[in-house]
Amino acid sequence: MAACGRSRRRADAMEVLYFAWVRQKVGLGSERVSPPPAVTDIGGLMDWLSSRSAGHAEAFAHGKQIRAAVNQEFCTRDHPVRAGDEVAFFPPVTGG
Amino acid sequence: MATIRVQEAPFDVAAETAALSAGRVDVGGIASFLGLCRADDGLAALVLEHYPGMTERALAGIVAEAEGRWPLTGCTVIHRVGRILPGEPIVLVLAASRHRTAALEACAFLIDWLKTGAPFWKREEFADGQSRWVEARASDDAAAAKWG
Repeated sequence: MAACGRSRRRADAMEVLYFAWVRQKVGLGSERVSPPPAVTDIGGLMDWLSSRSAGHAEAFAHGKQIRAAVNQEFCTRDHPVRAGDEVAFFPPVTGG
Repeated sequence: MATIRVQEAPFDVAAETAALSAGRVDVGGIASFLGLCRADDGLAALVLEHYPGMTERALAGIVAEAEGRWPLTGCTVIHRVGRILPGEPIVLVLAASRHRTAALEACAFLIDWLKTGAPFWKREEFADGQSRWVEARASDDAAAAKWG
């Protein structure tokens, strides 16, 4: 039914979350994105996200200072990403 | 039976400590670390942000690691988020065991790993309205790494 369309998740979408100064530079706390098939890992996703806005570009220009998590586990740049993942980008943690 | 909480409200150190030995007589020692907000460089407040969901998961993983390394009878990790004023507590780590060595070592391990392994971020606010994100320190990475 057409009424279902609005709430249905796009099959190729992933949720991307931003924290601390990454969130401030991007200007969003989270967004749902559908990267092209060529984007297969965290590094590729960072490159692709950079092109979405001036804020994204500014945040990811500091790429070496950005850490990532996939499905709430810390990961490195070569970690795969796929549809349905929860991906997060943030600075090195400073709790305690 | 670990207690793990992320909260805005202050916590009661005495009550949390008492809870680790309430109703039991096998606890020989409880080691504690209480982290406080300092007023360096005219700091007016710290604002702590975290990643809900991942934070609790990361803390549970760190606690499980401690429980695997030392024979603990219990432990507690409480971390505050939101706006914290100088002098106020930020984090409480308690580790209880039959003997002091396990309690003391586990407590030190927990706070060392928490600092580098749990998704919290501190922003400093100053009296003049300026604000800046706290940068991670290499000494914290080294402290966490020494546990192997």
